[in-house]
Amino acid sequence: MTYLGMPPPVRGTGHLRGRQPFPVAARRALADAQLRHNLGNATQTIRAKRARVVAELPDWEALRDAGQAIKAEAIAHLDSYLEQLETNVTLRGGTVHWARDAGEACQIVTGLVSATGASEVVKVKSLVTDEIALNEALAAARITAVETDLAELIVQLGHDWPSHILVPAIHRNRAEIREIFLREMDGVDPGLTDEPAALAEAARLYLRRRFLSARVGISGANFAIAETGTLCVVESEGNGRMCLTLPQTLITVMGIEKVLPTWQDLEVFLQLLPRSATGERMNPYTSMWTGVTPGDGPQEFHLVLLDNGRTTALADPVGRQALHCIRCSACLNVCPVYERTGGHAYGSVYPGPIGAVLSPQLTGIEANASLPYASSLCGACFEVCPVKIDIPSILVHLRGQHVEAARERRRPPSPEAITMAAASWAMSRPDRFAAAQRASGLGRVLGRGGRVRRLPPPLAAWTRARDAPAPPERTFRQWWRDEHGDPP
Amino acid sequence: MSAREEILARIRAARAGETPAGDGARGGRPLSGDDPWARERGYRTAGEVHGPALLDLLAERLADYRAVVRRAEPADLGAEICAALRRRGARRIAVPPGLELPALPDGVEPVAADGLAPAALDALDGVVTGAAVAIAETGTIVLDGSPGQGSRGVTLVPDYHLCIVRAEQVVHLVPEAVARLAGRGTRPLTWISGPSATSDIELNRVEGVHGPRTLEVVIVSGGGH
Repeated sequence: MTYLGMPPPVRGTGHLRGRQPFPVAARRALADAQLRHNLGNATQTIRAKRARVVAELPDWEALRDAGQAIKAEAIAHLDSYLEQLETNVTLRGGTVHWARDAGEACQIVTGLVSATGASEVVKVKSLVTDEIALNEALAAARITAVETDLAELIVQLGHDWPSHILVPAIHRNRAEIREIFLREMDGVDPGLTDEPAALAEAARLYLRRRFLSARVGISGANFAIAETGTLCVVESEGNGRMCLTLPQTLITVMGIEKVLPTWQDLEVFLQLLPRSATGERMNPYTSMWTGVTPGDGPQEFHLVLLDNGRTTALADPVGRQALHCIRCSACLNVCPVYERTGGHAYGSVYPGPIGAVLSPQLTGIEANASLPYASSLCGACFEVCPVKIDIPSILVHLRGQHVEAARERRRPPSPEAITMAAASWAMSRPDRFAAAQRASGLGRVLGRGGRVRRLPPPLAAWTRARDAPAPPERTFRQWWRDEHGDPP
Repeated sequence: MSAREEILARIRAARAGETPAGDGARGGRPLSGDDPWARERGYRTAGEVHGPALLDLLAERLADYRAVVRRAEPADLGAEICAALRRRGARRIAVPPGLELPALPDGVEPVAADGLAPAALDALDGVVTGAAVAIAETGTIVLDGSPGQGSRGVTLVPDYHLCIVRAEQVVHLVPEAVARLAGRGTRPLTWISGPSATSDIELNRVEGVHGPRTLEVVIVSGGGH
């Protein structure tokens, strides 16, 4: 079969890139002491919780292996599993829609909501609807989207932006949340304290009448089972159950990579996800539904399957494993870069290590060129990933792609790329390497406490975002020669 | 080209010329039975805790997530339910069709709740249900909407959920529960682990948000059968 008529690759659109490159945005975040304090506390707490519940399972590694294998199988035969999913959802009374990009998905959802006549929808927290900028599209059609997850509500009322996959308001502390509620929540008790229980109660009261009168619910999906047509949403607060159960119409948007082959696969993912995400043995609520059930829940169900750059990522044999991600956010919580900069610096709804490999693949590397460098390649993300995505290797692969793309367009590549290219030139011949090493020994005078904080141009760009270790007085090769004489 | 055709064609083109691993047929195979995949699974699929120890583990794990746990012998179940409702001070309680309940205490009115609008459910004091499966290791109860368990709204809107779990419904591990629910997967399922909770404020766990703020579970022992 040939695909001569194939249009150019889909470039993901929506909230996948920031206005500023990562180093610029990160510098602003690093200057915010409150933000760093909030993030440090939160990530430390969640890391400890995750480690405790993962250690409880004697078969955690086997579950990770199985998770990886199942995802690889799903992605290897994505077309046939999506067709099976469509058939089974349709058989059970649902309607399946396909969307090439963010704009098309928003158009489908807006059209479906408009057809019901509803002017307000309740939403379960969903990254994919953030990705496609659905709330903005609904607002343009005079439809109010009410975020019902507590953290998403904090973000929405604070006219803010999510900064974490799982805990979108992780950058806010209780005092800040109290201020936002007092300022923005109509009918809120003016005596509201900043106790987390009191803040949660305020959100409960604010949302309750909206849940009880909602006519349309909008959700994402954690998993979709091809074999049965079952959709699955994992949550904690019960806002998900409210949105999935009470409205007459339910619209679910999911990326095409979320499909799992069989029902049995859930036995793996319902162990991997909660322990990796919130550090719980099981999250409080998991809802599963298949099409429409007479007399129980929404009687109209629409499933929107979204590409938005995923098929482009799929074409990259190294990069495609990023599509295995189950959005647990464990990689964010262990990442030394994320812990210091927070999620906003990444500019995409997908921050942290997984975002640094996913966002550039969805948008095309040229639109997100700085993200693959937003990492020290320490490998902590790979170690905690429940489906064993080798994030460091994809980062290196994408850096290579970026250098290639820049070379093809004859545009000056980034300082990192120049430095890498210079290193490669110097290291490919022993005489060049020796000369470069001797030259760097001179730089030792610049070292303060074993670190070089500012290198001279053109290497200055490298040390703008990082220290360089002070070179030793003797290179290894010089030391070897002094100790053992010239190599044969 | 429609969006559907275009996306499917892109998927096929993305892997053109590769020989993918796997057989691509897993989705077509039966739900259980002699499955080559099953033999490759390196994780635990058979329960390792049984009998009274299994019920103890369930009770411990439910309590860990702030569910209120009661234990009862089969003969005492009625008294235990009455005591729970009295303690709660509940007067109007949703009782799903198919749930056999003993005589309720004076002043407690059972309400056939299926089909009630959300606002009417909100006016109830609580709901009593059975369960489909309970998972001891994770402290999880699964409802599948079959008789005695009610529709999803009935166990969601009232602020108090009293759930009766019988010994034969308890398994040790998640894979055991998934296997028991195979074939029932096309019913709407609700997996419940403790009362609703949030960790969205500084990652502190707070119990009680939108779902029932109190979950009380009566574990009925096997009674020597």
